[in-house]
Amino acid sequence: MSTKIATTETQFHVLAVDDSIIDRKLIERLLKTSSYQVTAVESGVKALEFLGLLDDQYSNTNSNSNSPSTTRINNHHHVEVNLIITDYSMPAVTGYDLLRKIKESRLLKDIPVVIMSSENVPSRINSCLEQGAEEFFLKPVQLSDVNKLRPHLMRGKGKENKAFINKRKPTEECLSPDRIKNKIQ
Amino acid sequence: MQRQLANMKQSLFDQLEELQDDANPNFVEEVVTLYYRDSARLVQNIDKALEKNPVDFVKLDSYMHQFKGSSSSIGAKKVKIECTQFREYCRVGNGEGCKKTFQQVKREYATLRKKLEAYFQFARQVGPVEKACRRK
Repeated sequence: MSTKIATTETQFHVLAVDDSIIDRKLIERLLKTSSYQVTAVESGVKALEFLGLLDDQYSNTNSNSNSPSTTRINNHHHVEVNLIITDYSMPAVTGYDLLRKIKESRLLKDIPVVIMSSENVPSRINSCLEQGAEEFFLKPVQLSDVNKLRPHLMRGKGKENKAFINKRKPTEECLSPDRIKNKIQ
Repeated sequence: MQRQLANMKQSLFDQLEELQDDANPNFVEEVVTLYYRDSARLVQNIDKALEKNPVDFVKLDSYMHQFKGSSSSIGAKKVKIECTQFREYCRVGNGEGCKKTFQQVKREYATLRKKLEAYFQFARQVGPVEKACRRK
């Protein structure tokens, strides 16, 4: 008999970000094995979009809309994210960029962020931890690494982590248009 | 036969097979299939990039980073080692060194593919019901 979620426990939702299809599949399986709900996206840009940190002007969904805010809220339901685990080396928006954006966001800064990397670079690890990452996992990520996530998730439960993802936010929490323009090619 | 299969799996996949269970009986096969496609594409890209003149070492390193990453993720240690060598030559812009090392990478990669194919052939013989799966 395989153990799944105890009925009294709320399921945690983890957002996984990795540009490698294989690593995405692996991390998803690792997280699901630990009974977490998983959303896996393939880029930092998609992650920002999912978290509502991307300026709507540059997202794909509302190319025709004049009032993106209303359309957005109608299109998406509100999602709670309890932890974000992201690869470091990704094109355009790196894991570090993503981490920074999340920590700069009033709404999302308390969501624990974990960085993964295939490269053991001490300065990289330090700068991520300094920027507020909870953990830094070296790839390939093991089940024993994923087991380290639970205390971070439990700690976050009490706080207001209910970020209403995809709710339209004013300009304050968006990457500057020029940066986005160059990155989304 | 089951034991033999389990041993093959373990030597090949290391941690990967721990993630396979009754609820996800094809996990290893799915991941390996993805790896086949992904790695074949990258090998092709690297070959092409090496033929260019002048060589774009940044692009080359990027392809190899991806190839090394996925190989490492499925537990292909020998391939990973050769990849690390390759990236050293890349970093110093040594085209000849890259070409030589890539031959070694491809050799290890070919060996890996043979092992994987043998594993899947064997697994099919044993039959899906009898596959050695880790219980939770």
